[in-house]
Amino acid sequence: MSEGHVYTAYHPRWLRQRISTYWWLEKPAYLAFILREASCVFVAWFVVYLLLLVDAVSGGAAAYAQFLAWSADAPILLLNVVSFLFVVFHAVTFFDAAPQAMVVHVGQTRVPGHLVLAGHYAAWAAVSVFVAWLLASGQ
Amino acid sequence: MGERIRLQVARYRPEQESEATFDEYEVPCPKDWVVLDGLNHIKDRIDGTLAYRWSCRMGICGSCGMTVNGEPKLTCATFLADYAPGPVRVEPLRNFPVIRDLVVDIGDFMRKLVKIKPWIVRQAEKPLADGEYLQTPQELEEFKQYSMCINCMLCYAACPIYGLDPKFLGPAAIALAQRYNLDNRDDGAGARMATLSEHEGIWGCTFVGECTQVCPKHVDPAGAIQRYKLSAAVESMKSFFLPRGA
Ligand code: SF4
Ligand code: FES
Repeated sequence: MSEGHVYTAYHPRWLRQRISTYWWLEKPAYLAFILREASCVFVAWFVVYLLLLVDAVSGGAAAYAQFLAWSADAPILLLNVVSFLFVVFHAVTFFDAAPQAMVVHVGQTRVPGHLVLAGHYAAWAAVSVFVAWLLASGQ
Repeated sequence: MGERIRLQVARYRPEQESEATFDEYEVPCPKDWVVLDGLNHIKDRIDGTLAYRWSCRMGICGSCGMTVNGEPKLTCATFLADYAPGPVRVEPLRNFPVIRDLVVDIGDFMRKLVKIKPWIVRQAEKPLADGEYLQTPQELEEFKQYSMCINCMLCYAACPIYGLDPKFLGPAAIALAQRYNLDNRDDGAGARMATLSEHEGIWGCTFVGECTQVCPKHVDPAGAIQRYKLSAAVESMKSFFLPRGA
């Protein structure tokens, strides 16, 4: 078996099947994949937004008030709602994938996938509760 | 034999045409007939020129993979009655060049398979007198799932990444590399690493996940790839942070 293809008079005339530019619309799973890939843009936006928030907070009360007013603008609000939905989609699909990528052993036995998944959600819940507590206690 | 179903079968006759066309045939559809039975009926009774591959007709040999109504399927394990009232569209496996009708060229996969050394690699064989290499059920469990692969290539047909970039090593080859990497009798992980960690190796995969969905043997190639990515990342972190030779 040689590398590459040697064309001889007797080489079969292959039919190359083309992939359509819209292949990602062919199956719901492909579309979900493309949306998950696209979600990284929104994740990046949230990072930028967070940095802007930090910058506003460090800029004093006036800067913070201005930031809040800007955030309440319809386009920014809409962008943030859409970003939030994408980030949740990203997180959920990421967690769903975790049991496939992580094989955890306790002693000799392999931890079943749904427990690995449950562990991820538990960690998410714990962090959320912690953040909520931080916010509530800061009031 | 009351029920009948129409099969729309892709034909490609390289000596006559440069594009695929569809021929339509009506075949019986008893409830225990699979798509392959329909094709065999066509070949035996209606049109002997139809070309397709099959052998075991029991989901073992992996040679009867085709695209059935747009999905990669083992035609010997896909029941016609599930598609009633039809018609059923039968096409060659996607992402491979078609030689004739439903027959694709699988040379690309075969070359990739050899690259990952799908056999047990030993640094040193132990003396015969020491007896056989023993393995516990737990050790077997580590890789057994990956050893179920029958090289049917449905996963390659489902993978848009392979379709777009045929250099990608692909799902089954990586799952089979893991089958040996995770075998406690094998010492070949280092030798396979070069091929697996190439850009067209595991990192080519963007985790569409369809390979796992279509696999008739529950091999979960997508899982195998992500698992390997995770361990490769951990390894490179270790070599970065820990002193050499640790
Ligand atoms: S991993 Fe599954 S779909 Fe892919 S070749 Fe092996 S058995 Fe077929
Ligand atoms: S004929 Fe062997 S797997 Fe279908």
